[in-house]
Amino acid sequence: MTILWTDALIFFLVLMMLVLGFYLRGKEHLRRPIGKVTASRVGMMSLVILVFFGMIGLLDSIHFKPANDKSNEIISLLDYWTTSIRQQQEKTYSSPFAAYSYSKENITTDDGRQLWTYPRLKYGGAHLKNPDIKKTHDIMQKAAIGFTKGAGLFAFFFILLLSFFKERKQTILKGTAAKPVWMIIFIIVSGSYMLIDLSGFYHVLGTDKVGEDVFYQAVKSIRTGLVIGSLTTLIMLPLAIIFGIMAGFFRGWVDDVIQYIYTTLNSIPGVLLIAASILMVQVYMANNEDQFTSLVVRADMRLLFLCLILGVTSWTGLCRLLRAETLKLREMEYVQAAQALGVRRRIILMRHILPNVMHIILISVVLDFSSLVLAEAVLSYINIGVDPTTYSWGNMINSARLEMAREPIVWWSLMASFLFMFTLVLAANIFADTVRDAFDPRRADND
Amino acid sequence: MIQYIIRRFLYAIPLLFGVNVLTFVLFFIVNSPDDMARMQLGQKHVTEQAVENWKQQRGYHLPLLWNDQQQGIKKVKETIFYQKSVNLFLFQFGISDSGRNIGADIKQRMWPSLAVALPTLLVGLLVNITVALMMVLFRGSYLEFSSIVLCVILMSISSLFYIIGGQFVIGKLLKLVPISGYDGGLDAIKFLVLPVIISVIAGIGSGARWYRTLFLEEVNKDYVRTARAKGLTETQTLFRHVLQNALIPILTGVVVVLPLLFMGSLILESFFSIPGLGSYTIDAINRQDFAIVRSMVFLGSVLYIFGLLLTDISYTIVDPRVRLS
Amino acid sequence: MTEALLTVNGLSVAFNQDDNVVDDISFEVFPGETFALVGESGSGKSITALSVLRLLPGNAKLTASEIDFAGENLLAIPEMDFCQIRGRRIAMIFQDPMTSLNPVMTVGDQIGEVLELHFSWAKQAIKQRTLELLEQVEIPDPERRYRDFPHQLSGGQRQRVMIAIALAGEPHLLIADEPTTALDVTIQEQIMELLERIQKQTGMALWLISHDLALVSNIADRVAVMQNGKIVEMGCNEAFFVHPKHAYTQELLAALPSMDSCLNHLKKEKPSLLKLTDFKVYYPIRKGIFKRVVDHVKAVDGVSFELQQGKTLALVGESGCGKTSLGKGLLNLIPGTSGEVLFEGVSLNQLQGDELRLKRSEMQIVFQDPFSSMNPRMLVGEIIDEGLRALHSDISAAERREQVVHLLQQVDLPVSSAYRYPHEFSGGQRQRICIARALAVKPKLIVCDEPTSALDVSVQAQIIELLKNLQQEQGLSYLFITHNIAVVAEIADEVAVMNQGKIIEYGHVEQVLKNPVNEYTRSLLNAVPVLKIT
Repeated sequence: MTILWTDALIFFLVLMMLVLGFYLRGKEHLRRPIGKVTASRVGMMSLVILVFFGMIGLLDSIHFKPANDKSNEIISLLDYWTTSIRQQQEKTYSSPFAAYSYSKENITTDDGRQLWTYPRLKYGGAHLKNPDIKKTHDIMQKAAIGFTKGAGLFAFFFILLLSFFKERKQTILKGTAAKPVWMIIFIIVSGSYMLIDLSGFYHVLGTDKVGEDVFYQAVKSIRTGLVIGSLTTLIMLPLAIIFGIMAGFFRGWVDDVIQYIYTTLNSIPGVLLIAASILMVQVYMANNEDQFTSLVVRADMRLLFLCLILGVTSWTGLCRLLRAETLKLREMEYVQAAQALGVRRRIILMRHILPNVMHIILISVVLDFSSLVLAEAVLSYINIGVDPTTYSWGNMINSARLEMAREPIVWWSLMASFLFMFTLVLAANIFADTVRDAFDPRRADND
Repeated sequence: MIQYIIRRFLYAIPLLFGVNVLTFVLFFIVNSPDDMARMQLGQKHVTEQAVENWKQQRGYHLPLLWNDQQQGIKKVKETIFYQKSVNLFLFQFGISDSGRNIGADIKQRMWPSLAVALPTLLVGLLVNITVALMMVLFRGSYLEFSSIVLCVILMSISSLFYIIGGQFVIGKLLKLVPISGYDGGLDAIKFLVLPVIISVIAGIGSGARWYRTLFLEEVNKDYVRTARAKGLTETQTLFRHVLQNALIPILTGVVVVLPLLFMGSLILESFFSIPGLGSYTIDAINRQDFAIVRSMVFLGSVLYIFGLLLTDISYTIVDPRVRLS
Repeated sequence: MTEALLTVNGLSVAFNQDDNVVDDISFEVFPGETFALVGESGSGKSITALSVLRLLPGNAKLTASEIDFAGENLLAIPEMDFCQIRGRRIAMIFQDPMTSLNPVMTVGDQIGEVLELHFSWAKQAIKQRTLELLEQVEIPDPERRYRDFPHQLSGGQRQRVMIAIALAGEPHLLIADEPTTALDVTIQEQIMELLERIQKQTGMALWLISHDLALVSNIADRVAVMQNGKIVEMGCNEAFFVHPKHAYTQELLAALPSMDSCLNHLKKEKPSLLKLTDFKVYYPIRKGIFKRVVDHVKAVDGVSFELQQGKTLALVGESGCGKTSLGKGLLNLIPGTSGEVLFEGVSLNQLQGDELRLKRSEMQIVFQDPFSSMNPRMLVGEIIDEGLRALHSDISAAERREQVVHLLQQVDLPVSSAYRYPHEFSGGQRQRICIARALAVKPKLIVCDEPTSALDVSVQAQIIELLKNLQQEQGLSYLFITHNIAVVAEIADEVAVMNQGKIIEYGHVEQVLKNPVNEYTRSLLNAVPVLKIT
């Protein structure tokens, strides 16, 4: 078991969320907004997708050194389970479901002749004798079988669930959002089963320049996206909350200092600050190579630094919101009543201010998530994002865009990263909207 | 009023100083000039002499903050901080690590940046406001609902996709305009059309949604009810009263980014090979030219702070409540 | 009898899928008369007015069998043509003139807009007429005001502008929705007089919507009372006020504060509890490049008074007179106070740290707005408990719980309230919770900052009753801050009238109310609408 820094932080984050959920369970004022979220069909569907992505990310965050492997490589649980896909490496590009390579090569046939043609792939469709005729049929057949298996698995667990929670049958089946949620779970389970099944025989989304499976790359990138979206928040939240509330509550010189700090930080264009910091990290890493034992550790450090820097550049927005809200709240009569009762300031902050700005924090966290995922791609594109060896959608786009000029065009890497990113970001955006509609008191009044 | 502006102006000085100290710490304290030299010259087998030479050429051989070997005022002046950071205040950007005059480069490159960014901003503003107004006018209808859905979808797509997709469809398949490049004078237009269209489309999702919330906030206010009670139609109310009030936050939001337009957009310019400040910065980042990055950080902050100043002033011009109190 | 101008028959309004807010009501408004629709908050009176003009929000559902205006069926008019009715034939003015005017448009433009819309006049004519209208609503210096923005006018002037906007279309019916509720009494009187005058000049019908029975009794020809979406009683002014038939109407009339009730107050001397000498609350005005303090807003400018144990001092004044600053400054809730505060003979100026904190907690405050004065995230029990926890950390949880139960009983709330959240309670109940919270730390003085202003008349009377009972039981003293001089008679032993940060009249309640010496006090008293029964 090897624990990388980001792994530890991710599990810390999950733990925090569980603790917070446990603490807030059954709080009366949350019942209505949470009820509103659970009643929203699209909201719950996107939540299911987010959870699915999250689970993949978590699987990819348990790292260890395989016992039987001699190389010093660190792999994750996800890598372990997808070993076959990971190791079925071709020579170079091949399109999705291809049986032949993308580029022609000199090959020697069995009878010794030299041929300038598209060679068969080593793994993709290798089980077929004559891929030209049988491939489509085979793909259909394998997809159908995989889908059915997945559906069976889903049905099994669904029935198991129903029999376990007999008395809650109504909520499981009849809730406002129940049908679409079960639908989307069904699609996810069967669909991924189908894809996994197919991946054993084909490169579902093709291979890249060095012959690596693109589907595998795209799946691996999920963790990077999630880490950037969530760890940045973890770093930004304490800064934003502490400074924002303090500035609003104490006013005076505290407010002046905090305002000065965030205006200064804000005035440096974000991309440039990130660029400058990442450059410095690069210099540091180049000069202290001995501290980073393996590529994975090094890449992980850089990922963590990126989150750190993104966090430092992005807390100002939330800080300003919290400051404004706290300024409003401290004039509220219940805060004044507490002052008159002799309640200490520390307790007023914890009891009266913090719980009443929670909705702003929550809304801004979910809203920021998607923009951070998008930002990762852009930053990686200009080489100030994650390490080039890290799997990320930005890196995929970056390496693929140069191939746009080729004929026939190599589109699958781009498409794969866009599809994955789009799904994640869309789900996050929709969920963010649902959360905002439910928690924003101003919106709640309108209906 | 004038006092207020002077006050805001004076406030910019400590801000800029803060920016300067921050970049100084980032570029010279976190990693020493020696580290940078080694990085630039290649990791292994760098002689002490080569590092010294590299530093000497670029003026990094001086002490950081205090030069003991000099006399009088030179103790302060002959330092990296003074030479590299304080000179920025005078807009003397100096020489880049690769030996180019940064000031001249900036002067030359800011115009192409502006040529892309300004039309993008203006067209984008027009399109976004129009879309948002339509959504508010037809609120509660299916038209509004589908536009909201479309907006969410549009804003979930990575900007890289807009650029790559746009280049591919318009430039490569339809061959309507050149894919990338730039030319001086009026010829620039044919190179500018594509980036402008692409960035406007990329911005509709979030822009229109944002303006819609601004409009909706105004629509629910009491004075709108008064306007209806006067006998104005829904459209008249929207254009005469709601738009007028919502334009205040919209305009001031635009004013703050106006100066920053000179900085250009990093990815857009590099994708379309527009020789603006954005691609200049990207090149510098890729070449690890710290002098340029430092200058751009400073320039960016100056422009942003100038934007803040403009915002304050524009508020006093646009909003009678601020102007007359 | 003449033909009715407006006939409403079987009008119902519901929001979303909820119950009817306005439930099958019918009434008429005749040409040239003043018709008053009276009711407490939430009775549906404003919704009724808005639905006649089709100004309801989008989620409202309206059903009616008949809405006729001057022989025309309003229900049959398509939305496109309805703009010819609004503003031109029926005009409306709203409660809050500050938010009801467009903040970025000049006064002249806002009035001129109506003229431009309904009459095809030349620019010059429009301006001419606008100035005439400003003159008609008695705004001084119309030429200058024409170019002003709403925020440059005072509250009363803004409402005059609203009236000018309404008059611009020369309507046959003017709907006035609580036109004076947001204004001070003296201004209220002026606006009502103006409305009466203009009605006489133009001969239009006035449909007044109000919660204030006393105000209505002075002006209305016919009155209708609404309760829970229904009209429970309707009749001519005399019949209505002299012989109210419906129990609810009688209750409302009985709840009105009366000036005569000040006869039974204490005159006996008691030991002094609170003594203020030259008390000041100054807000700094910062100007210039470095924001130096150049001057002060003198919110409270050297006030001295003495409050005796078990008595009530009413602090009366109009908005902005400094009465709230005085209350909050006394409890040290705002900075910038000076002057000597003697509390039970101890000078608060000389105490420090925990000693001061404890002493101060013997003064508590009850606020005006029962909605913002409790943390929505806390249980009522926790809210009441808060002071005990802060001041007496040695008391056990069980004891505290007992205390909370006791306090809830004292303010006549069910014990189960402790485990509920504030939003589940009505305005009056919330105010009781706030009183319980203040009582928890056993204060000697409670500053009541307009505790009844946000409440309906009937609830108002109950709260005052509760305060009086508590005073008798526990010997509390109140500093009762109010703008409503009518309430004063009900509760106060002594009265101080404040104006511009100073006390201008101070004395026993009977003396101040019956024989005021100061000119300002007299005008305040005269402006209070008194139930007029002819």
